[in-house]
Amino acid sequence: MEEFFQQLTNGLAVGGIYALIALGYTMVYGVLKLINFAHGDLFTYGAYLGLTLLTSLALTDRLGFALGVLVLVLMVMGLVAVLGAILERAAYRPLRESPRLSAVVSALGASIFLQNTLMLIYGARFQVYPDNILPATTLHLFGLYLPLMRVLIVLASVAMMAALYLFIQKTRIGTAIRAAAIDQGAARLMGIDVNRVILLVFLMGPALGGAAGLMVGLYYGQINFTMGWVYGMKAFTAAILGGIGNIPGAMVGGLLLGVIEALGAAYLSIAWKDAIAFLVLILILIVRPTGLLGERVADKI
Amino acid sequence: MKHGKLFAVVLLAALLAAAPLFLNAYQVDVLNSIGLYGLLALGLNLILGEAGLFNMGHAAFYAVGAYTAAILNTRYQIPILWTLPLSGLTAGLFALVVARPVVHLRGDYLLIVTIGVGEIVRIALVNDIFGMTGGANGIFGISRPQLFGIVIRRPWEFFYLIWGCVALTIFLFLRLKQSRFGRALNYLREDEVAAEGSGINTAYYKLAAFGLGAAWAGMAGTLFAAKMTIISPESFNFWESVVLFMIVILGGAGNIAGVLLAAFLVIGLPELFREFASARMLVFGLVMVVMMVFRPRGLLPARGGRFSPVTLARGRG
Repeated sequence: MEEFFQQLTNGLAVGGIYALIALGYTMVYGVLKLINFAHGDLFTYGAYLGLTLLTSLALTDRLGFALGVLVLVLMVMGLVAVLGAILERAAYRPLRESPRLSAVVSALGASIFLQNTLMLIYGARFQVYPDNILPATTLHLFGLYLPLMRVLIVLASVAMMAALYLFIQKTRIGTAIRAAAIDQGAARLMGIDVNRVILLVFLMGPALGGAAGLMVGLYYGQINFTMGWVYGMKAFTAAILGGIGNIPGAMVGGLLLGVIEALGAAYLSIAWKDAIAFLVLILILIVRPTGLLGERVADKI
Repeated sequence: MKHGKLFAVVLLAALLAAAPLFLNAYQVDVLNSIGLYGLLALGLNLILGEAGLFNMGHAAFYAVGAYTAAILNTRYQIPILWTLPLSGLTAGLFALVVARPVVHLRGDYLLIVTIGVGEIVRIALVNDIFGMTGGANGIFGISRPQLFGIVIRRPWEFFYLIWGCVALTIFLFLRLKQSRFGRALNYLREDEVAAEGSGINTAYYKLAAFGLGAAWAGMAGTLFAAKMTIISPESFNFWESVVLFMIVILGGAGNIAGVLLAAFLVIGLPELFREFASARMLVFGLVMVVMMVFRPRGLLPARGGRFSPVTLARGRG
């Protein structure tokens, strides 16, 4: 049982990271019906910016562990958000009236560009997070010995998701985002500045993705410039699993995928780990063609 | 076809046919790659361009074809070119089986499922499925193809084999485009509900597009296996599917000339950018974005076909 719960908590931590990235995919999709293939690379930027800021500013030495990491998270989120907004302006806005797949190719091009920029700056090798920033504490919880980092990641991702959910559901701006996702034309007629909504979505999604990148760096200790594709693909799978465009769906899908993958790798086969996620996705889509929480949209005639 | 256009096409074809005479072996090899990707992209164009089905896992069908050819050749000593129809058939059947339960999914859901199929196939190959695929090392020792008693081994010999197949494909797919079948696919892409309302069996045509496109990828896989004499799962990863997807959309989905032009650009440009060394993929990504921004409908957008009553009557059945 010990092994099972270790895998379960590990799955929840990875799932939380997937969910944070998946939120970026699903929010952009909700408003623009665009699969932002460069989103995974913004996540990688989060990891690299985190590393650079961490080592160059020595935040945890100056401010202590808790405050230092908090400041670091906020800085990374802010910077990646700006990057997301630039991406939207440069690669997606000119294509807003074009066929949807053209924007997908533009997104793929942007993804290649971002990835190779990182490679030129940092080199192609794995980069290692310093391992002395975090106290290597193990928490004794519910009869389990859990690494502190794992617990923090689960808590932080759940907190961010809760904050986002409240923001989308309870504030005026959140209502505007939901309205623009349902019907852009009608939202515009109701006086909502759809361009601002889109900009906002491209700030919030990348911010969450950047935070997820930082988490991966802190959790696994090493990062690579191509990891955005793997995580991005998993997170996109999670978003589809939950029903793309649906914000709670991305959260559920992300956590579920993380847990399934961790348990599958532990009990079925580690060699097939990456295939398990896709097999589950295909099986679920056969039964529920629009994902777990996706609405059945009637085709307009 | 107007005279000017016909002249241009003949001139281009003649220029291409003479290319090995004044290019070196490396350059001919690049042209061979372009031809292979052209074949693959023309197959994907049926699925993605003509029928509008989002397929970002085309490398899976390519892999199935290549491995079928390699296994038949290395284990049962069947000459590699003889496996061509068989690997096409296997890839096509595989596509039918895989696509059958998911082909009704809405666009983006189909996209991720096809990505998933591509990854599952690659992982299955790495894990040495059925004990026949050789795991991560793949299969080596595939014999050279033989045509009319001539062993094909030098780049320029492959050039004529590959581009001969491309020419045949262009001819067949142009015919297909003007047939009842091709028009049904286009109708499906433009308006699925209206197509179904007009009595088009959408499930049948979607599956047929998948099967045919995949069969073409399978045959291209055979040529690839014959050219390389060694294949491994890494030749069929997600990146290959992405490149093919970009070629079709960049070229102008549904336009055969556009797709071939895009194959030249997408495969040829990184070779031209060699002087940028490690920055060449960065330039490549930037060029992709810029091209889409300035030509959002692709380099040569597909135009609505004109059909005279005579051709319509001939295309019946």
